[in-house]
Amino acid sequence: MSRIGKIARRSFLVGSAAVVGGVAFGYYAYKRPVANPLLAGLAEGEAALTPYVKIDSTGITLITPRADSGQGAYHVQAALIAEELDVELDQVHVDPGMPDPAYYNTALSAEAAPFRSTDDGLVADTTRGIMDAMMKFMGLQITGGSTTVPDSFEKLRLAGAVARETLKAAAAQETGANVADLTTAKGAVILPGGGTLAYTELAATAATLDPVNNVTLRDPSTWRLVGKEMERIDILAKSTGTQRYGIDFEVEGMVHASVRTSPRRGAMNSYDATTARDMRGVIDVVELSDGVAVIADNTWRAMQAVNSIDIDWAPAAYPAEQAEHWQALSDSFNADQQDSRFRDDGDVDAALEGAEVIEAEYRAPYLAHAPLEPISALVQVSDDRADVWTGTQIPRFVQSNVAKLTGLDTDQVFVHVLVMGGSFGHRLEDRVVREATQIAMQIKGTPVKLTYSREEDTLQNDTRQIAMARGRGAVKDGRVEAYDLGIAMPSVIASQMGRQGMPTPGPDLQIVAGAWEQPMQIPNYRVTGYRAPELAPISSWRAVGASTNGFFHDVFLDELIHAAGADPMEERLRLCWHDASRKTLEAAAEMSGWGTDLGPNKGRGVAFCMSFGVPTAEVVEVSNVDGAIKIEKVWVAAEVGRVIDPINFENMVQGGINWALGHAMNSEITYSDGMADQRNYYDFEGMRLAQSPEIFVRGLENGDTVRGMGEPMVPPAAAALSNAIFAATGQRVREMPMAKHIDFV
Amino acid sequence: MKLTVNGTEHDVDVEDDMPLLWVLRDELNIKGVKYGCGVAQCGACTVHIDGEAVRSCQTAAADVWGEVTTIEGLGTPDAMHAVQSAWVEHQVAQCGYCQSGQIMQAAALLATNPAPTDADIDDAMNGNLCRCGTYPRIRAAVKTAATKLQEV
Ligand code: FES
Ligand code: FES
Repeated sequence: MSRIGKIARRSFLVGSAAVVGGVAFGYYAYKRPVANPLLAGLAEGEAALTPYVKIDSTGITLITPRADSGQGAYHVQAALIAEELDVELDQVHVDPGMPDPAYYNTALSAEAAPFRSTDDGLVADTTRGIMDAMMKFMGLQITGGSTTVPDSFEKLRLAGAVARETLKAAAAQETGANVADLTTAKGAVILPGGGTLAYTELAATAATLDPVNNVTLRDPSTWRLVGKEMERIDILAKSTGTQRYGIDFEVEGMVHASVRTSPRRGAMNSYDATTARDMRGVIDVVELSDGVAVIADNTWRAMQAVNSIDIDWAPAAYPAEQAEHWQALSDSFNADQQDSRFRDDGDVDAALEGAEVIEAEYRAPYLAHAPLEPISALVQVSDDRADVWTGTQIPRFVQSNVAKLTGLDTDQVFVHVLVMGGSFGHRLEDRVVREATQIAMQIKGTPVKLTYSREEDTLQNDTRQIAMARGRGAVKDGRVEAYDLGIAMPSVIASQMGRQGMPTPGPDLQIVAGAWEQPMQIPNYRVTGYRAPELAPISSWRAVGASTNGFFHDVFLDELIHAAGADPMEERLRLCWHDASRKTLEAAAEMSGWGTDLGPNKGRGVAFCMSFGVPTAEVVEVSNVDGAIKIEKVWVAAEVGRVIDPINFENMVQGGINWALGHAMNSEITYSDGMADQRNYYDFEGMRLAQSPEIFVRGLENGDTVRGMGEPMVPPAAAALSNAIFAATGQRVREMPMAKHIDFV
Repeated sequence: MKLTVNGTEHDVDVEDDMPLLWVLRDELNIKGVKYGCGVAQCGACTVHIDGEAVRSCQTAAADVWGEVTTIEGLGTPDAMHAVQSAWVEHQVAQCGYCQSGQIMQAAALLATNPAPTDADIDDAMNGNLCRCGTYPRIRAAVKTAATKLQEV
């Protein structure tokens, strides 16, 4: 049974409230299901009230609380509301709203519980329910884990429907018509005689009515917007240079700042800013808890001045050299550091005993997020109020951290979320806001915009985790018989949540995500997570644990399949017991012409990974051009339940493939003398246009659960590439970046 | 010093070596031009000087040799340049942060090479990084823009 189905049957109370000159709709209370005894311990009074639709005489505003870092989240959320509200997307304003516990993210918690997405049993669903309640309790208004679509799919359509029906009731009251005779379209109620009353004209009356709560969501077959090709609401602005991002935002009287904090992520011993103070445009040099900032009248002048400061940095708390980081991982494969063994089918030890054991070791490096827009934050602090304007995925954390730093109450801190020029997980951290707040506190009343230089952004990046895996396996009678994978990495969640002062007890699911929960039926099958010690600071990078583990899990499977002499596609299909997952493999096989002859110097590789509940199969085709690999084509088939906007879906998936393959080929962050060796795009470039392949995408809609696709395309991509390189050359590439081992065109 | 941007002459009082990028963004408040790397590695800051695509982060204010055109001067939401309408038609943008630079680069390419081959597009556009990976749509939109421009 789908989770969405269950949520729908819990009671929603949708309300409305009068706002200045109009009405706000879609306040709803999320109540615990009374019948479930396992949830009875939860506190009452958790009802959360939240607006999604605001209408006054001047216009209609849709509130889209999930941040948009480029994946079209505002557009998708607006489309879901508009579908039921009967407005056109060019008739509305979209506003992310202020941080509020009511906007908690239900879907994220479903991924935090240690149950496979394919597991719909009672215990699994109950535990996910408890995690829901915890998320709500903590008020995590987080955009992440590909959860925007699942979280919004039901809620936002309900909010739109309630608003529509209440506006009809208002029209009935004003005209004396029977509600049953009223219809709606294009932001207006249509009266029986054909006349219309705009929603904006009805707002004042609607505000006086009890909201109409007994709404039925429309049948998908009648949808005007959802599932259809739409023009993204921001596409015009983003094609004409008129979209404003966080880095562009200005307020009256603002000054600029640039900062340097320790590239070793530790303390500052001393600094000499004599030169900086005399540079043109410099207003002040201020000391922060772990670095120094320059305030100036222009971004470039601030950056020039801060770079002129001589600084002595204390040593790093983590190992200074990259080789020591790898050694720490290598040393972690032991019983004491075992973090989890959620998968342990059959008897792996017995199956390997006496068999010809196939062994392999894999590595995945630290990676920066490096969204094209460097991070920035504009902060103004006064005695009774602080304002923060920034592109963030964690507005609630930002609010509470600024409150702590300034000594203000959280309700005196106003976080204005701005459009982001990419994130990929980068904006799940908020150090830029904390630094801007420290600077703003030293010139109270003056708004300060802190902009990182690209170099500072790279040096201060909380990177993707470094990870290592060791596989041992055996084959029998042309089949995979035993599969034993150990994965070692530091805990991403502990590092990330640690910076927010939040404890994270228990095993870290991300250490084995993308590996332990794969719907494969191998007779003897084990996945063990080992927790490496904390090394350099790490954070969620697109697809988090699965970004490394999808590579490990599937390449090792491919090695065993080849050892068994089986066809990579046929054997995966035979091993996969989950119907929706099999369909993605079948679709990828059909799209790519799997099994047809490619001719010499070419190869195809297939890989599969289920992550964030989305089974995703990919085929990569490469050619071998005089010893250098060229990625020609990629096919992607993913089961997402429903595709909200086919164009944006395709674009996002193609982008995610380029993201995954670009880093897999070319990029890594390494440490020397306690600092990242990389500074800018010349040594961390990911994918460029000339290397990017043709990419074909199919979203399957067989499941009954709606899933987000921001990340699941990432985990199989590098594996499919490695498998294709093997098919074309006979060389097995077990480490990223692959360019360390093989040339690319 | 004097600078002509999008047809308007401005008198700016800046250091000779301040990059054009920051003169545009911080002194003239023209925000369509973007900062991505500051070292000619990403192309987000691409503008035209006398019709030629240049990286404004690597062009010192004192060295600007002609009239500057930014994305705002290429076309507006009400009157788009053919390249911009091709970008809308293909819905190229994800985050969109690179797209001002992509569009300026593509417009300069098509001004000198009205019918670029795939290899020409790869060559001309390879310096414009898109971290969101919208390259398939960039390729398609350049071709559509080429067709549009030939029709006029
Ligand atoms: S900012 Fe000029 S090329 Fe990147
Ligand atoms: S659209 Fe985001 S960097 Fe290109």
